[in-house]
Amino acid sequence: MTVRSTACMDGRTALQRTSHGGYRKEEPLKIVTLLKRVPDTEARILINQEGTGIREEDIKFVINPYDEYAVEEGLQIKERTGGDSTVTVVCLGPKEATEMIRTALAMGADDAVHICDPALVNSEPFTAAAVLARAIRETGFDIIFCGKQAIDDDMAQIHSILAEMLDIPQVSVAISFELSEDRRSAVVSRRIEGGDEKIETQLPAIISCEKGLNEPRYASLPGIMKAKRKEIRTKTLADLGFDAAPGGGRSRILRWLPLPKGGACRMVEAEETGDAVKEIVRLLREEAKVI
Amino acid sequence: MTNDCLVFGEVRGGVLKKVTKELIGAARHITETTGGAIDAVVIGGAAAAAAEGIKGYGLRSITVIEDEALAMYSTEGYAKALGDILEAKSPAYVLLGATAMGRDLAPRVAAKIDGVMFSDCVDVRMEEGTCVARRPVYSGKVFIEIAPEGGRTTFITIRPNNLPPAGPSGDGTEVVTYAAGVTRDAIRAIATEIVPVAGGRPDVTEADVIVSGGRAMKERSNFTVLEELADLLGAAVGASRAAVDAGYADHAIQVGQTGKIVNPKLYIACGISGAIQHLAGMRTSKVIVAINKDPNAPIFEKAHYGIVGDLFEIVPILTEEIRKIL
Repeated sequence: MTVRSTACMDGRTALQRTSHGGYRKEEPLKIVTLLKRVPDTEARILINQEGTGIREEDIKFVINPYDEYAVEEGLQIKERTGGDSTVTVVCLGPKEATEMIRTALAMGADDAVHICDPALVNSEPFTAAAVLARAIRETGFDIIFCGKQAIDDDMAQIHSILAEMLDIPQVSVAISFELSEDRRSAVVSRRIEGGDEKIETQLPAIISCEKGLNEPRYASLPGIMKAKRKEIRTKTLADLGFDAAPGGGRSRILRWLPLPKGGACRMVEAEETGDAVKEIVRLLREEAKVI
Repeated sequence: MTNDCLVFGEVRGGVLKKVTKELIGAARHITETTGGAIDAVVIGGAAAAAAEGIKGYGLRSITVIEDEALAMYSTEGYAKALGDILEAKSPAYVLLGATAMGRDLAPRVAAKIDGVMFSDCVDVRMEEGTCVARRPVYSGKVFIEIAPEGGRTTFITIRPNNLPPAGPSGDGTEVVTYAAGVTRDAIRAIATEIVPVAGGRPDVTEADVIVSGGRAMKERSNFTVLEELADLLGAAVGASRAAVDAGYADHAIQVGQTGKIVNPKLYIACGISGAIQHLAGMRTSKVIVAINKDPNAPIFEKAHYGIVGDLFEIVPILTEEIRKIL
């Protein structure tokens, strides 16, 4: 593994700060997990009157479900590596996202960074990644976990853009993660078409998490109480050294479209089940022409 | 930046993925307006052999990259190789399939060259000289149409099985081999092995026909009833979240908001109630057939054809009737 200069300001910590390739096994890991506030999966999504977005009234917001796997994986690694490692939640979101951050802290994360700025509402992936990159460099990191995508914009880009900006390797849609003994690398399985692809990655790295990676824990009552005293550092764009939201103006949403209305379902009935099935087969062949 | 379109030909198991021809179709639509040319790049072990599959498709060129270090997928290795071609060709648009590889690779390369990327698109159209991509958001409950701004290279990943595949259209494609000079030690994360999942059937995300089971399946072993029908139709077998959570099926075949998004021509839903989250995964199916004991099951609102009854009675009859006509 190539060792990078300790002089670089990119936030890499324990694993990279030794120049001879040897290091103490007890060096704690700095784990960062990303978190986004999104509408609940059950939410009824309607386009707003102006046609510029969705109606947010009456919608329940939650932690992006895929980010829960990220937090949980961070916590499990912390537990497996003797408890000195830390899990820092980094969230770019409105002030209402504090509730979600507290939940992650209640699950067991140690502290959090909440990037909150009106200029970042509905930001494009590049903007969000550029801002997150700076905040993450500040906190320092050995492993970054995030959900495979946010279930609002479904862009699934942040982890890749971040990886490029932070100059680290990436693995997407991880369904299993095994840290090596020396904590310098990991073996990650990811879901691809028709199978699972095993990836060996050096650390530091960013891993996007897929359902099935783990079972996220519920926050316990003691956890919730402890979370109230854990630190959430709030940052505006100015705090991170930006004059304005960086990297924007790359795209424009032209219009929002509701789902096309489907036709009515053709219910097929008959005296005998067999006849009804025959009719369905006939319709599929002659009318729908799919068999 | 030129007016050209670059198509990424994904190779898996020595074979060019089906979605590549769908990308060529989209590229043709784009370049009809922009007046540019279509090039392709194929990376990986056996890339040259795989590239044969798109030689008669009217492309200007196909660049084949077969560095040994690129035989197995790595984001950084493939990004380096693709980046080189982008520098050489400077296309306006880069099209990839929204596959596991495309979704991992495209945003990294877009970031590398400071471009813009639209993920998981279901349609691309030219509007006033610019490419407009339609993509689902909020798990497919709503769609947006989005266009690039600022004159950057635009990366678009397109959902497989959604657009029609291009047909052959003539020769004259120049096939060029390029050595990207990628070495193994420059790559920090690399695939070492692929473990295939349940044998023989197509992947749900690429299948033309899917036979899917819900919680009414009652037991994992009962899925053989669906498998028989699936095998007859060359279909994939899918499952609802309820079935997966109950342990009747693996998450790998779960269709829905927290599972796979599928686009088959025919989706046969057996004992699936049709929760919003399930619909989010399969609503773009061209034809949906629903089989359920409950006449009020929400799936009947979205299906094209429905039959109320016990799937264990109906599916075997369906299998027999289809066997007769095939």
